[in-house]
Amino acid sequence: MGIRAFETAANQLYLSAKMPGLTHLYIGEEAVAVGVCSMLRVDDVVTSTHRGHGHCIAKGADVRRMFCELLGKEEGYCRGKGGSMHIADHANGNLGANAIVGGSAGIATGAAFAAQRLGSDRVAVCFFGDGALGQGLLYEVMNMAALWKLPVVYVCENNLYNEYTHFSEVTAGSIPKRAEAFGIPAEEVDGQDVLAVRAATERAVERARAGDGPSFLLAATYRYHGHHVGDIDRAYYRKKEEEELWVAERDPIELLAARIEDDAGFSELHERIDAEIAEAVAYALDAPYPDPSEVTQDVFA
Amino acid sequence: MSSPSAVAVGTRELTIAQAVNEALAEELRRDPTVFLIGEDIAEAGHPFKVLAGLVAEFGPGRVVDSPISEAGIAGLGLGAAMTGMRPVVDIMFGDFLTLIMDQVVNQAAKIHYMSGGSLKAPLTIRTTLGATRRSAAQHSQSLHAWVAHVPGLKVCLPSTPADAKGLLKSAIRDDNPVVIFEDKMMYTTKGHVPDGEHLVPLGVADVKRDGEDITVIATSSMVQVALAAADELERDGVSLEVVDPRTIAPLDRETLVSSARKTGRVIVVDEGHQSYGASAELAAVVAEDAFWHLDAPVVRLGAMDVPIPFSPVLEDETVPTPERVIAAARRLVGKSS
Repeated sequence: MGIRAFETAANQLYLSAKMPGLTHLYIGEEAVAVGVCSMLRVDDVVTSTHRGHGHCIAKGADVRRMFCELLGKEEGYCRGKGGSMHIADHANGNLGANAIVGGSAGIATGAAFAAQRLGSDRVAVCFFGDGALGQGLLYEVMNMAALWKLPVVYVCENNLYNEYTHFSEVTAGSIPKRAEAFGIPAEEVDGQDVLAVRAATERAVERARAGDGPSFLLAATYRYHGHHVGDIDRAYYRKKEEEELWVAERDPIELLAARIEDDAGFSELHERIDAEIAEAVAYALDAPYPDPSEVTQDVFA
Repeated sequence: MSSPSAVAVGTRELTIAQAVNEALAEELRRDPTVFLIGEDIAEAGHPFKVLAGLVAEFGPGRVVDSPISEAGIAGLGLGAAMTGMRPVVDIMFGDFLTLIMDQVVNQAAKIHYMSGGSLKAPLTIRTTLGATRRSAAQHSQSLHAWVAHVPGLKVCLPSTPADAKGLLKSAIRDDNPVVIFEDKMMYTTKGHVPDGEHLVPLGVADVKRDGEDITVIATSSMVQVALAAADELERDGVSLEVVDPRTIAPLDRETLVSSARKTGRVIVVDEGHQSYGASAELAAVVAEDAFWHLDAPVVRLGAMDVPIPFSPVLEDETVPTPERVIAAARRLVGKSS
């Protein structure tokens, strides 16, 4: 719910021209990030995608600092240098969103390699979308992860669309079998069911921590909005009815609410989150920009 | 600065291959977070045998044979670097940098800046450059300018065993991604290496030979080419000063410019393709900061703008040689004949 509220506010910031650039909304896919990250420790690491706000929040980030980053403010996670697509939250184990599709597969696998070689039982989770299935890097590092039994969980969020193209037009064969070909156990999970995602993640993380190697989770989910906030007219690549059906019948928050059967508790939580997000947006809008002299800072460590 | 190779006391003579091997062994011994990963680097010791024996001392857990997956090992190295290790990724030929460019350019180079300084990537990438090995167009390029163009990367071009050792050790200890290019034709080149701990700071040029008439700014194996030309020209009474930047990013502009101001004539020799290459940047630095001290336009000598051909008679045409440096120097001092 926090992610939904954050993304709704981010969309409003774009629509009201208060946010520079574009952003890629995670609305509709929240159960994947929440389900996975709720089974991780703070020191477990994740790598994220261009559609990364959900992973970031689920891994424990502060929404004030996230909004500051979206607006290019000094207090942002990257001091305004990264923006929406590059938020990294080192303290919570988020090694960063990544604007190159599939670009973080190596980083997550390397973090798992380091955990293993340094004798830590830390686990790395690599979030990526169906679009990354087209990138060779993913298969290069899955091969190494399987060879060396690295503690990494590859989480493929299949939201059905590689940007503006249905994944089935560009993805041959079976997705789970791609992982299984390396000897990596693959599990398909309903990405709209947070409890199912949690259960699958628990199995994968236990396997990784026990030194038994990588796992692959394929989460079936749906991107309610466009590829990015400016992708408003989507009729040329998908039907309005399809979008409405997912929202009406497969919404992850509604599905969970129906299961919990605590309407009062839910609406109270809703109000609290909305207030927190509104406060964070107001804070970020008022926050100062970095001094222009910071442009040359941090090129080198 | 004095040349390390001019110092005889407290040194040993090593080849560049031995110096690299020694640097890696010392750093592996010193720091348990250092590891090597690459193709055929363990028992095979690398096709150039530079890494021979390291797996015997440090084991396959720290000298890791990888699949032929350059992008994968670069990405894996980066992730390990971001989470507490100091990987040395071996990219067998510099030509294969093309396969790792996203991991180097979009990921490693930018992660510190893009994260507002919160993440860092102490990653070393060792690779090669240089033609005339009769290896043809896909194993002979000198692509250092490609990475030097990207802010956030440091780029080393050692020309002697002492520099090869000292720069590599500094690269491994540096908190930034560093790409170090070794000339594949120079692994058997010998030189004196100081005993004990030997570090060469990144960003400090070295005057390899003092001279009066012409400054030759030379990189990597072109330093040896320049020194050979200097020996020959000395007999004609033309004195070359040979300046080796050693790292082209960061670049020690001051040493280059002060030598140019002293001699008033400059030749830049670099084995990358001449157009849009390192030689252009080095020449521009001199033109910008020493223009009023120059008696002649800066001369550039780079590899010809052709893919490196296989046939020896063709390949030898493509790269700068002592003869070409000598001819350029004679023209500069008005002694062309």
